[in-house]
Amino acid sequence: MASFKRSDGRKVNELRPMTAKVGVVPNADGSALFAFGDTIAIAAVYGPRLLHPQHMQDPKQATLRVNYDLLSFSVYDRKKPGPSRRSQEISKMTEYALSPVLDLKEFPSTVIDVQIYILQADAGTRTAGINAASMALAHAGLPMKNLVCSVAIGKQDTTVVADLTKEEEDFHEGEGATDFPLAKIANSDQFTLVQLDGNIATELVAEVLEMANETCAEVYEVQKKALKAGATQ
Amino acid sequence: MAVKKISVQGSEEPQKKRYIVVPGEVIVSGEDYLPSDGTRRQGADIVAAKYGLAEEAGMVIRVIPLTGAFVPRRGNQVIGRVSNITMNGWVIDIDWASNAFLPIDESPHFINKNEMDQFLAIGDLMLGKIEGITARGIDLSFDGPGLGKLEGGFSFKVSPNRVPRVIGREGSMINLIKDNTKCDVAVGQNGWCWVYSEDMEGMLKARKAIEMITEKPFVEGLTEKMESWFQENK
Amino acid sequence: MMGMDISKNTFEAMKTLVEQGKRFDGRALTEYRAVEISYDVSKAAEGSARVRMGKTEVIAGVKLTLDKPYPDSPEKGNLLVSGDLLPLASPRYEVGPPKFDAIELPRLVDRVIRESHVIELDKLVVKAGEKVWTVIIDVYPLNDDGNLVDAAVLAAIAALKQAKMPGVTEAGFPDYKHRTKQAVPLAKELVPLSVTLFKLGNALFIDPTREEAEAAEVKCNFGLTKQGKKHMIHSAQKTGAKPFTQKELETAAILIGEKYDELYDKLKKVL
Repeated sequence: MASFKRSDGRKVNELRPMTAKVGVVPNADGSALFAFGDTIAIAAVYGPRLLHPQHMQDPKQATLRVNYDLLSFSVYDRKKPGPSRRSQEISKMTEYALSPVLDLKEFPSTVIDVQIYILQADAGTRTAGINAASMALAHAGLPMKNLVCSVAIGKQDTTVVADLTKEEEDFHEGEGATDFPLAKIANSDQFTLVQLDGNIATELVAEVLEMANETCAEVYEVQKKALKAGATQ
Repeated sequence: MAVKKISVQGSEEPQKKRYIVVPGEVIVSGEDYLPSDGTRRQGADIVAAKYGLAEEAGMVIRVIPLTGAFVPRRGNQVIGRVSNITMNGWVIDIDWASNAFLPIDESPHFINKNEMDQFLAIGDLMLGKIEGITARGIDLSFDGPGLGKLEGGFSFKVSPNRVPRVIGREGSMINLIKDNTKCDVAVGQNGWCWVYSEDMEGMLKARKAIEMITEKPFVEGLTEKMESWFQENK
Repeated sequence: MMGMDISKNTFEAMKTLVEQGKRFDGRALTEYRAVEISYDVSKAAEGSARVRMGKTEVIAGVKLTLDKPYPDSPEKGNLLVSGDLLPLASPRYEVGPPKFDAIELPRLVDRVIRESHVIELDKLVVKAGEKVWTVIIDVYPLNDDGNLVDAAVLAAIAALKQAKMPGVTEAGFPDYKHRTKQAVPLAKELVPLSVTLFKLGNALFIDPTREEAEAAEVKCNFGLTKQGKKHMIHSAQKTGAKPFTQKELETAAILIGEKYDELYDKLKKVL
């Protein structure tokens, strides 16, 4: 298992080089960029703000509205503009991943809009999106329990690896590839995103979760550093 | 586990320690500390509930937000634009998630219901005080000095978190601006500012000064720096 | 932030200001903000660029696909310009069906590029009547602080001028991972750019901030190239109800040439 060679030479639990920055969209209440290698996501938060139409307002709490999408030219096969089923599903998954850390009850009847766009895609787009959105929510000054950190753990044949590239997602040998994106609340044991595509033996789940813990902790350090640097801009 | 302190300039009161924190970060540990705005207690720790500047003032810990939207509180002064007129008052846009409402009784003199736009018409600006925040919306009043319709001049927006700097301790900064530009200046906690003078140059200078004050991240001795700037730009 | 409609006070003050030839940020009425052009926004695009004008930021990407030609032009490639006012870029954009501004942006960008004939569509034919290349340009504002169309066209042209043709597989499909070194067929000497003129009161100005653009009573977009010493106008569109006077349009005709030259100089440095 330890001798598995990844196509880009990384160790099994090694993340791609990460980039993170806040304040990339000056008009927004909070914004951030987060990249895993060649996968680049930007997120902007507007809110709390007015939710139209009125009948959609929830008198008990703020509505968290996430819109995730790929820009047309972020992928080699151009994506037609407009929401796809995939992007609608990821938007919802991202909402589930982020809402547990937000205190939505503090702003009833309002909406908190989170806009996530992928500028360049090389797998792990939803995880980069969650990481960017989490920073953007903090940057927007919203009350939050903690940051949310996300990594796409996966498998190449029978080896568990962290942060797959597109090439690795297309791996066909042996058991093939499995994509297991996860997100968790930093410094906790709470997982807020759980998705899986592929085939993976149940015995490996514990190892996957452990790798998620380690790598999400690394993501947290990058997010924290970017937020702290952002305050002096 | 204590947070690694990144010391930040700009503290005008040296006994307060300040550093940037992210949500969930432990600020201090100990039962004797008191969690204030933007923080909460988590077991023995005081933890940041928001991104911002953590401040220890004696045993009281709070986090001052540096970024993000204005959140209205009772007693806030806000500048708003009239967006609609109803039978009972004026609907005011204060750049928040719900509209604000100024009852007809708040007008300084008696007006008929069909003359309401002679006092405040759609598009006019006003400086009001938030009397209450309910599920219905935000109630405004003109109960206070300087509150009322804002005539002439122009308005512009700055980051709401920087508004305290524009006012300064006991109004020192806002008075500096007024004296050096000969302008009427009003600043709402919602980040909207208004300036008026018969002299356009004075108004432009006031806006530039306010934008400079709010755009710098942290500056020690901001008041002195602005004093010099006004001297250099007479 | 700044979701409020403009107040009467500010509108009147801005009108007085521009009629005196001044602006809030101290610029002259015909002065551009700092313009930055950079490349490589996305590796997945055949070409991509980012333009900043002050705080306005727009990105553009060029993709090429193999398609059937349009029935009325069997020996020409296709051009498609698309774009979206992403709700990310401004508090004024709402999630939901597009308003006119959103529809207008890609259409204006399309017209500037299409009418200039900068893309040699007849050189994009693989098999006449059956297979041609479609050039697809997508423009996206990332931060709206005014003057989106001019910034978008500049980004689109920068991306086009740098774009390379995809390879083709043996089966005849585009091979995006193995790009050629061949440029997209363009009339090299043509550089179409957009100059939009805004009017408030009786003052004309360019490159507005969002605040200025919202106060403007009418605007007119022009798409231009320079051929030899002459500036050629390829497209124009007035948006807004207030009229332009004849004198203003005559002044505009001269001004847009001067502004074209300035923008072109900035682009030339990075081409």
